[in-house]
This record gives sequence, C-alpha cells and structure tokens, in this order.
Amino acid sequence: MSQARRSDWLFHAYMVVFLLYMLLPLIVMGGAAFNDSRFPSVYPWVGFTDRWFVDLWNDGRLWGAFRNTLFVALAVVGLSIPIGTAAAILINSLSGAARSVLYGLMVAPVLTPGAVIGISTLLFWNKFSVPAGLHLSVLGQVSYIAAFVMLLVLARLQSFDRQLEEAALDLGASHAQVLRRILLPHLYPAIGAGAAIAFFQSIENFNTTLFTRGTYDTLTVYVFSKVRSGITPTINALALILISVTLVCAICYEISRRRSEKRAAMAAE
Amino acid sequence: MTDLLRRYGPVLSGLFAALTAFWLLALVVLPDLYLFENSFRPYLPISEVGGPKDFYSFDNYLTFFHSPIHIQVFVWTIVYSAIVTLLCFVIAYPLAYYLSKVARSNLLPTLFLLILVPLWVSEVLRSFAWFIILALKGPLNILLLGIGVIDQPIRWLTGFRGVIIGLVYTYVLFMLFPLYNAIQSLDTNQIEAAEDLGSPWWRTHWRVILPHAKPGIASGSVMVFMLSAGSILVPTLLASTSSRWFTEIIQQWMFESQDWNTGSAYAFMLLLLCTIFVSVVMRLFRVKLSDIAK
Repeated sequence: MSQARRSDWLFHAYMVVFLLYMLLPLIVMGGAAFNDSRFPSVYPWVGFTDRWFVDLWNDGRLWGAFRNTLFVALAVVGLSIPIGTAAAILINSLSGAARSVLYGLMVAPVLTPGAVIGISTLLFWNKFSVPAGLHLSVLGQVSYIAAFVMLLVLARLQSFDRQLEEAALDLGASHAQVLRRILLPHLYPAIGAGAAIAFFQSIENFNTTLFTRGTYDTLTVYVFSKVRSGITPTINALALILISVTLVCAICYEISRRRSEKRAAMAAE
Repeated sequence: MTDLLRRYGPVLSGLFAALTAFWLLALVVLPDLYLFENSFRPYLPISEVGGPKDFYSFDNYLTFFHSPIHIQVFVWTIVYSAIVTLLCFVIAYPLAYYLSKVARSNLLPTLFLLILVPLWVSEVLRSFAWFIILALKGPLNILLLGIGVIDQPIRWLTGFRGVIIGLVYTYVLFMLFPLYNAIQSLDTNQIEAAEDLGSPWWRTHWRVILPHAKPGIASGSVMVFMLSAGSILVPTLLASTSSRWFTEIIQQWMFESQDWNTGSAYAFMLLLLCTIFVSVVMRLFRVKLSDIAK
C-alpha cells in the first residue's frame, strides 16, 4: 500500500488537470458571450457588452426551436417509456435463444450511428408518403432511446420478488391489478430514471434529427446552423445560460445530497 | 411466454408484445431492411419509380469503389476514429483507476458531478468551444505564444488535428464511465495481494487490473468508435476541406444531390463498418453483447 501512496499525488494532479481540461473550454465559451466583438472570441477583448443576450432574447427562431425541442423530447419520453417497459417485461419472461435474439435486436439501435437511424427512418416512412418532420424525428429517436429505458427497467426487474405476483393472483387480484399495484410500483425508480435519460438524450440528439426534421428547427440543429454560417456570439450567450442552468442544478443536487447524508449520519448515531 | 400469460393475462401480454413488436419492426428492423433494399435501386425521378429503369444493381456501391476520394475519406474516418478511441483509453484509464481505487470515497460524488457538467452541455456547444479555442488568434495560440513554447501561431484547424481534439474531448467520458464500472468491481484485496507478492505496479496493472477491466474497455471502445465514426457535428465544425469525414459525404448525397439511394448505400457501409468493429471487439475481448450494452 505504501507503494500506492507515493504515487497518489500524481493521481491527484492528473485529476485536477483533467477537470481543468473538461471545464476550461466551457469557461472560454461563456466568457466570449460578454465580449463586444463581432466574432465569438475572448481575445482580443474589445469590451464588456450584454447585447448578445438581448439579441438572443429577441431571436424568434430560437424560441420556435426551443418549443420544438421540448415537444419532441416530451413525445419521445411518452413513447419510449411504455415501449421500453413492455419490452423489458417481455424479455424478462423469456429464456434461451429467443431471449438472446430479441436482446440483440433491442440493443442494436444503441450501437447504430445516428445518421443511419435518421436516414432509414426517413426512407421507410417516406415510402408510406409520410413527409419528413418532427414526428419522424420522434420515431427515429424512440428507436434507440427505448433501448435505454429497456436496459434500466430490465436491471430493476432482477431485484423483483416474483412470488409477490403469485400471492396476489392467488388472493384473487386481476391481471391489471397485479401490474398496477405490484409490478409497476417496484419499477417506478427505473422508469423515472429512464424518463430523465430519454428527455436529455432527445434534447441532445443531432444526427438522427438532422436527417428526419424536414424544415423544422430543433435547438441543436438551430445552434449548428448558426455556428456554421452566422458566426455570432449570441450562441455564446445561449451556451452561458445552458452552462449556468446545469451548474445551478448540479449545485442544488449536491447541497441536497450533503444535507440528506448529514441527516442519515445523525439518525445513525 | 406461458409465464407471461399466467401473470398478466392475454390482454396485457398482448399489449406488451404489440408495443415491443411496433418498436422492433416499425422502428428498427423494417427501416433498416428498407435502407438495404433501397441502396441497390437507382436514383430516379418519381414518375419512373417502378418503371423499366427501376431494377436492382450494385451501381450505388460501385459509385463508392470508383471514387478514390470517397475511399480515402472512408479509410481516414476508420483510422482517425481508431486513434480517437485509443487516445480516449489512454486518458481515461488512469482516471478510472484513480476514481475507483485511490480517491477518497466521500469526494467521489462531487468529482463525478464536476466531470458530468460538460456532458450535460450539448455536443454542438462543446465542439463550438473548441472552435473558439483553436482559432488562429484564439486563446490557445495566445497562451502558447505568451509562454514562449511557439513563436508562430499554429493553424490548429487544418488536417485532422481539430477533429481529433474535438472528438476526444466530446467522447472521453463514454470511455471513462464503463472503465470505472469495470475496475470498481475488482476486489482491492487482489491488488494488494499482487503488491505483497512483489509485483511492480505495471505488472499489477497488466496482469490483474487490465484483464478484469476487459468488459469496460470493450464497451468504452465500441461507444467511442461508433460515436466518432458517426459524428457529424465535430468534423463539420472543426475540420478543413482537406479533412472530410465519411458522414459529411453521406450528408451531401442526401441533401445536396438529393440522391437518397446512393446516400443509403453509403449509410449502409457506415452501418457495416460499425457492426464489424463491434464484432471484432467482442471476439477480441471475449465479451458478450450484454457486457457491452450496460
């Protein structure tokens, strides 16, 4: 163990360097939001301004993209939760070859490039004269996000005591009651986590959305087109707001975690 | 299956099966099959679809094999995605080891939270951040000039340099977390036993920790390679005209040429590439699909 101790400071230093590496780009990007230069940069520093935030607020297209993103994300959550949960319950009752084939099919979309998912969704639905648009983005995203929900729920199912269901059925509960009162409450934590992951994955998605969106904007597509063509620091203002929201959420979470930890420690005494 | 029926009855079981079937058939299998079928058909105006000119051929694939530039881009995409994967592993391995075996456990949640912040900020903004940093008159060149490491600003955004920097930054966490999970499940006593028996640190890593981390290495590599090869954002923002990515060519077929059939053929090749990579990694590391997808 003494051997490990001697090299510890090296690891600590590496950790600090890595954190700087992860966080400094975000700080640079946020800093550029206040620079009164037409190009997004922190150097040369022209002067302090808040006009990029004003521009951002007045950008109607951005608000439209924001609404579309929320709409898509909620639809993706609404579809992938029932699909993923049903798939997990189904696969959990199977064994042998059928199980591994189905499992492979369900996991495959996670290991498929987003562009391929987007193109195949676009082509397939176009065959039935369904034009590109946000509805196709939803379907494309669900095809792989449902897999995340399935994996989470399946993991939770491992700790489920199936005799509870037997007991309920013996006592005369209906099938619907068994599902609603016994199985689902046990799965709620996994379903909740699945919903959160589905929501964030959907907001973050670019590759699948790019090919399926038609003429609609989502936030990532909008930012992408702005960054590629316009070169405008309003995007930095947007980035700073997103980073701040993330940080505030992270800090709140950390504080509540420490508080509950302290409470648990006090209860243990 | 009979078990499912007994517990939830025919109606609910049917519902579960229907939802799963909708997912796997309408969203996964049939679109991919249609993509495959479409890649063998010619690109025709709508009025001629189904007409005498509409027959299967390898023409779309031959377009690829007759274009040295496209072949070159495809090969470079593979090579540089592999380099990105390797770099991510080199950066993430000591960190994963530190987080699972060295760091004080009460610090861990805070560390993870800090590491996760960039992940919550969207991918397009992460690439954009490097676009700013790597600019010719950007902060990185100013810093390097300032401390005298270089005396001429470096054009970071030529060649594949910018793409590699961007991809590593964007996807290193997809290597870190599987590695951390794998190393964490190793009993620390095994490491101490190896050390007590006189094993130098590198041999402990080589013979004890790395073999145990295999599933983590496999799933991290699959994720990073797949995301890198399929990335559109990072190459578009951080590459130059001399360093194109295969996804950009697919995008051109789809949007600029409006030739969806050749686009499908190219997309199918990307899919094939990722499938081959996954199978090779699974064979090499002797892991199952369920070890990779966690």
